[in-house]
Amino acid sequence: TSAVMAVACGRGLLALLAGRLRAGSRVPLRSVAAAAPLYDVVVSGGGMVGSAMAAVLGHDIHFHDKKIALLEAGPRKECDHMPDSYSNRVSSISPGSATLLSSFGAWDHVCSLRLKPFRRMQVWDACSEAMIVFEKDDLDDMGYIVENDVIMSALTKQLDAVADRVEVFYRSRAVGYTWPLPSHSCDTSPWVQIELADGRRLQTKLLIGADGHNSVVRKEAEIKNIEHRYDQSAVVATLHLSEATDNNVAWQRFLPTGPIALLPLSDTASSLVWSTSHEHASELLGMDEESFVDSINSAFWSNVNHSDFIDTAGAMFRSAISLLKPSGTAVRQLPPSVAKVDPGSRAMFPLGMGHATEYVRHRVALIGDAAHRVHPLAGQGVNLGFGDIACLAHHLSAAAFNGSDLGSLKHLLKFETERQRHNVSLIAAVDVLKRLYSTRLAPLVLLRTWGLQATNALPPVKEQIMAFASK
Amino acid sequence: QLSLFRFTVKRLFSTSRSSVDSKEMKKFQLLAHKWWDEEGEYSALHSMNDIRVPFIRDTLLNMSSNYHLGNPLSGVKILDVGCGGGLLSEPLGRLGASVTGIDPLEDNIRTADQHKSFDPVLAKRIQYKSSSLEEIVEESMETFDVIVASEVVEHVADLEMFIKCCSRVLKPEGSLFITTINKTQLSYILGIVVAEKIMGIVPEGTHEWEKFVPPEELERLLESNGFSVKTVNGMLYNPLSGSWSWMESMSVNYAMHAVKSGARGQSSPTDALSESESEQPSATAGTAV
Repeated sequence: TSAVMAVACGRGLLALLAGRLRAGSRVPLRSVAAAAPLYDVVVSGGGMVGSAMAAVLGHDIHFHDKKIALLEAGPRKECDHMPDSYSNRVSSISPGSATLLSSFGAWDHVCSLRLKPFRRMQVWDACSEAMIVFEKDDLDDMGYIVENDVIMSALTKQLDAVADRVEVFYRSRAVGYTWPLPSHSCDTSPWVQIELADGRRLQTKLLIGADGHNSVVRKEAEIKNIEHRYDQSAVVATLHLSEATDNNVAWQRFLPTGPIALLPLSDTASSLVWSTSHEHASELLGMDEESFVDSINSAFWSNVNHSDFIDTAGAMFRSAISLLKPSGTAVRQLPPSVAKVDPGSRAMFPLGMGHATEYVRHRVALIGDAAHRVHPLAGQGVNLGFGDIACLAHHLSAAAFNGSDLGSLKHLLKFETERQRHNVSLIAAVDVLKRLYSTRLAPLVLLRTWGLQATNALPPVKEQIMAFASK
Repeated sequence: QLSLFRFTVKRLFSTSRSSVDSKEMKKFQLLAHKWWDEEGEYSALHSMNDIRVPFIRDTLLNMSSNYHLGNPLSGVKILDVGCGGGLLSEPLGRLGASVTGIDPLEDNIRTADQHKSFDPVLAKRIQYKSSSLEEIVEESMETFDVIVASEVVEHVADLEMFIKCCSRVLKPEGSLFITTINKTQLSYILGIVVAEKIMGIVPEGTHEWEKFVPPEELERLLESNGFSVKTVNGMLYNPLSGSWSWMESMSVNYAMHAVKSGARGQSSPTDALSESESEQPSATAGTAV
């Protein structure tokens, strides 16, 4: 029998040279590795998505007796109370994401810290009069603008609540991963081996990569990533409005250089996300505060990009629509004007898109930006990550209740199929929108003008879009 | 009565391997190391866990009033007869049960032992023993809360003796779970011709149609040996998706749950839960308070 097993070993190793089950470098480890502590799940990356993933599993009843670890390279951020000034990094949280966060008690913390619900979203073109307005029939909250620090604080609190199940390793960066052979018939450890920067080792039955768009987990697993750097950077800042208002509308205008968005933070403050060319972004950062504020107001109010041709064509189309659908057009409203920018709140970061060809491997799953990266124009980035968490947690919970091996591809593939189906269409659509709105060419402007006006006049289509984006 | 009992036990012990068929053992010897290849020869048994583990789990939960969803089978002692490489023992162990897995083939036990050794929780919860059922009867009288004999009874030499032994090692009102193959024309076509010869879902020669057990006969044998049959469900394997599902008809595969009568010949334990249908609790993610 030992000869049979030796042959099986050899054949097993050869069989693994092809196929999706191969991943990275393999060093078969003997039982020396038994010394490293074994976890059921290790989440690599303690950002919003990684922390939420660990917290969701930690609060799952079927994971009551399991051991979970969260690896975060940065230090622990203590924040029981928020500073008075708003942080410049905010996210638009969809109702679906809010539901996920409330499922393990984090949303209550967010509400007790601070957030701003918005009820309307107006999106319009700089090159024409075309615009589209999204709002719920019952004027319910469409989404919430929340500072990333607030979300992190809420997540940290909920992780503390399950500290007996979830061990958080701060200031710990994983530097190496060793993948197991899929169906081990030899004397090798079946678990994923993780080596930290300080030399400590961990073993895990399932590694979840939530380490951002430059994911090390994805790279080490040799999962192909389709990526593209946009020639755009996003400028963020915290702005103060000229006058207090019922600030419950999210505004976005598509300039030829890129979309500029104003997201409400309070009745007197809003957050800016302005995607534009790298040069313009640097210019905006370098300007004095007055010129910066003037650029913002002009970006929202000026009609310099209009052309008579497009205006006439747009007007004709609009009157045609109003014949067929009298309620189909609405008056374009103007966003509040900006008076001041918070000093020191201006920052910029480059934009890109990315999508991993595979989200899962034997004992590995990618979530959040590690799996997909999208342009901020649709406010979907972190919501896609939260959607990944909801789906993966659902499958892992069922697997745990079935006594299954958590790292088994069987349920990981179900997660991958479900999420890829959802994410690919959204990422592709956002990419198309980004490209479509990056031009001044008349035919494309006409196309998008008519397209936007038509979509605005069709409630069923708008409802579908809203439903898809709020999952 | 007691002396007759001892005599019977001695007789069983002297013909120790009589429920074990040596021809059957040879068949499994060749594949002893293939158990844990999820895409290999035993892939259908791996995917059968998706329905047999919830079946066992939910039946036991429905009969009990005191359990924690994070460790549903905690405190339950299970005997897995014909455990092979431990494919069913491990999930049951993960759910909290103390599992004893027995298999007459030493190589299977070796594979099972090695596979569980890497997981300290499983290594403690599961004990494997190379043995036939008869060999453990004497030392394990009325020891187990549950016996599972999955895909086993179609391989045993003497089914009635097998059932008698199950009864001996099971506590009163303990549960016996059996999954096996029916003896019908359809099971010959699907279970042998298609599964073995055409599609290679099961290694050729694994099953002999003559030894398949119709549910009526199994039920008769169980009822006449102190068991009360509670549930019988048909099972169906879809070779395209590689997954199992429950089916009305029992013409191919089926699962049976029987309960050993109580010490004084009483009937089944009272249902502590108010559910009267045997439906499975949903396995969606729950949150702890």
